[in-house]
Amino acid sequence: MKLLKAAREAIIERLIQVSGFLAVLFVILILAFLLRDALPVLKTVSLGAMLGGDRWSPSAEPPKLGLLPMLLGSLYVTFGALILAVPLGLACAVFLSEVAPPALREILKPVVELLAAVPSVIFGFLGLLLVGPWLQEVLGLPIGQFAALGSLILAFMALPTIVSVSEDALRAVPQAFRHNSLALGATEWQTIARVTFPAARSGLLAAVLLGMGRAIGETMTVLMVTGNAPVIPRGLEAFVRPVRTMTATIASEMGEVAAGSAHYHALFMIGLLLLLITLAVNLAAAAIVRRTGVVRK
Amino acid sequence: MRDHRFRTLLAQNAAFVLLWLAMLLALAPVLFIILTMLVKGLPGLSWSFLTSHEAGMLPSIVGTVLLVLLTGLITTPLGVAAAIYLSEYARPGPVSRLIRLAILNLAGVPSVVYGLFGLALFVTWLHMGRSLLAGACTLALLVLPLIISASEEALRQLPRGLREGSLALGATRLQTIRRVVLPNALPGILTGLILALGRAAGETAPILFTAAFFSLTDPFPSKLTDPIMALPYQIYVMATEIPNLPPEQKWAGALVLLVVTLGLNLGAIVIRARLRKKTRW
Amino acid sequence: MSTDIVHSEASISSGNIHLPEGPICLETRHLSMFYSSTQALFDISVSLPANQITALIGPSGCGKSSFLRCFNRMNDLIEDSRVEGQVLLDDVDINTPHTDVVELRRKVGMVFQAPNPFPMSIFDNIAYGPRLQGIRSASRLEEIVESSLRAAALWEEVKAKLHDSALALSGGQQQRMCIARALAVEPEVLLMDEPCSALDPTATFHIEELMLELKKRYTIVIVTHNMYQASRVSSHTGFFMLGELVEFDRTEVIFESPTDRRTDDYIRGRFG
Repeated sequence: MKLLKAAREAIIERLIQVSGFLAVLFVILILAFLLRDALPVLKTVSLGAMLGGDRWSPSAEPPKLGLLPMLLGSLYVTFGALILAVPLGLACAVFLSEVAPPALREILKPVVELLAAVPSVIFGFLGLLLVGPWLQEVLGLPIGQFAALGSLILAFMALPTIVSVSEDALRAVPQAFRHNSLALGATEWQTIARVTFPAARSGLLAAVLLGMGRAIGETMTVLMVTGNAPVIPRGLEAFVRPVRTMTATIASEMGEVAAGSAHYHALFMIGLLLLLITLAVNLAAAAIVRRTGVVRK
Repeated sequence: MRDHRFRTLLAQNAAFVLLWLAMLLALAPVLFIILTMLVKGLPGLSWSFLTSHEAGMLPSIVGTVLLVLLTGLITTPLGVAAAIYLSEYARPGPVSRLIRLAILNLAGVPSVVYGLFGLALFVTWLHMGRSLLAGACTLALLVLPLIISASEEALRQLPRGLREGSLALGATRLQTIRRVVLPNALPGILTGLILALGRAAGETAPILFTAAFFSLTDPFPSKLTDPIMALPYQIYVMATEIPNLPPEQKWAGALVLLVVTLGLNLGAIVIRARLRKKTRW
Repeated sequence: MSTDIVHSEASISSGNIHLPEGPICLETRHLSMFYSSTQALFDISVSLPANQITALIGPSGCGKSSFLRCFNRMNDLIEDSRVEGQVLLDDVDINTPHTDVVELRRKVGMVFQAPNPFPMSIFDNIAYGPRLQGIRSASRLEEIVESSLRAAALWEEVKAKLHDSALALSGGQQQRMCIARALAVEPEVLLMDEPCSALDPTATFHIEELMLELKKRYTIVIVTHNMYQASRVSSHTGFFMLGELVEFDRTEVIFESPTDRRTDDYIRGRFG
């Protein structure tokens, strides 16, 4: 009886240990299955031809599987989003951590974080039915779905990540830095700008990277508001034209594609690239945090 | 000297005004979204709209509830066990660092990539087909990092003395976990679970090719391997593919989804705030 | 822990009261201080002499640090704290809503318990204060950095590595660098809050020698838990207990023939 109990405990403990490694297993599985369904596309077209190809028309004969329009489309939309979200997010983090009275912070922080809880299809819905048409009219654009609209909405979707990670980084700066600076006759703003903010810079950089990862991977919103034209964006005016991102391409085409076709495998290749990009971004953020430590001392 | 002093004060005041403005700008979309959805969605909302399955939301609501419940069922044991391993068994070192890195990366994988993975593994390789089960498995993976992190935090917040007290009474490590550690961490774990389910309820891309379909004739699943309708997918279809649908119905549908997801989140926030007040270790 | 800076004070005042120049004596009149509902200081009236070192001693939690921080209003940073009574630099009350706190803190420098270099080079640490005041000229900054480091007896040790990170210095060097950083702002008064408590005896010796040198130009107030230190460096000593200034006198009087029984007990190590 006692033996049985001990054996049972040992089995359960072993199961717990195995579960601990599930996360590692799943990362490997995701990579493996994406590779398995992505690599066959290389029988049809070379990797170089995909990455450098400027035409995406998978139903042509032979299929044209150039990814350049989507790669650049994702780049445009993501960087547009970051240009808006980084200054705004950092400013909010500084406000919450350094300026706002504690009582106000306790209210405002959850409200900003609530943005992260709004489903992306709702953002897309509002962009498509309301904000897009409105901007189209105000700016006199030919179409209400365009790159900058995606950037604008993505900026707000990435905001909670940026604000909350950078606020943590700022709050991890030892209080003594602030006190020393003030005791030397600095104003609060001088203290923020010259001591607190620079001292938190690695954590702030990690926040920006994580926000970027969030923006690159966002799917439904960009699918619904950026117009999905697989053309190569050129110049600044491309921001007010339709573009198509990597995520939107997968989401809009995977439904109709025949399993096993070159098109099918090409979509997995896009997914694989997307995965590798986000892994790189996240690993970089983790490395920055680990190397310098968000918490000094 | 005085002039410089004046300029630094001016700079400070200007900077603080900008910071306030940034904060207001960040808050604006939350209010905008909630107010707009209420104003535009409420007129189309009616009991029959919610409960009818011909022109209503019932099939999607049923589908989402089933999907979310099944997701929770799959992910909770895995996530909690992983958290127990991290907080109670793993020693700090390269192994636990590797696991944490994996969790961080799992949390950063784009939702559409989860969709592809679900399609490749569950739908095709494991022959589940486009189904409730495949969708739930995919979503379970997506929210797994959330559950692990929330549970681990809940476990770590318990005082050491709690475990030592139990061990000192001759309990084994597993008994201690089951009888002392888990019950006390349960509220925290539940909060994390609710947040995760809120996330699962609102996701579209992962179920796009693993579970969701749109059907007016046979909308309810009768077994795990049937495809389902789901709220976020129906909103997407209504917004992009059915131009003739009366707009108030689209808005009402979107409002339902927003209420479900924000409701779950607010619930979790309230529970968490209560917990913080009640338990001070 | 709150990381907030209470931002009501420095931003508003335009500083229409001119703070005194030159050797300054510090004085308080009926000074009381409160942390929310608990009173930390009780009706303290005392005058600390200019160009001397005054030591504040007493058991921990007695209010000596709170008292020290009244002179540069660092207590303002603690939420729910309140100060009543007058705090005078020579004859100017600094405890008024019109006081320019930023200006005050330039006049009254402070060295903290733990050395706390900013995560930047030694040069940038020392030049921090002058730069805040708008000094940009590289040669002027170099001059200030050198003279401050010399005044803090650190110049010879660090002149070759001014642009290395200040975090690489030893604990004692870091504390002297923090003193140099405070001197670079050209204060009239130097407040030191247990400046040697984190240092080894050799480093402590260096700092004490430095203080004796510095008192020629500055009025120094030091909080210390080390009574030998107080007797070695100070000319005057104040003994605090439970928020009261029990006794204030010339240092030799305090240590040799105190009038108050409690002072006598404390310096003989009977409690605390």
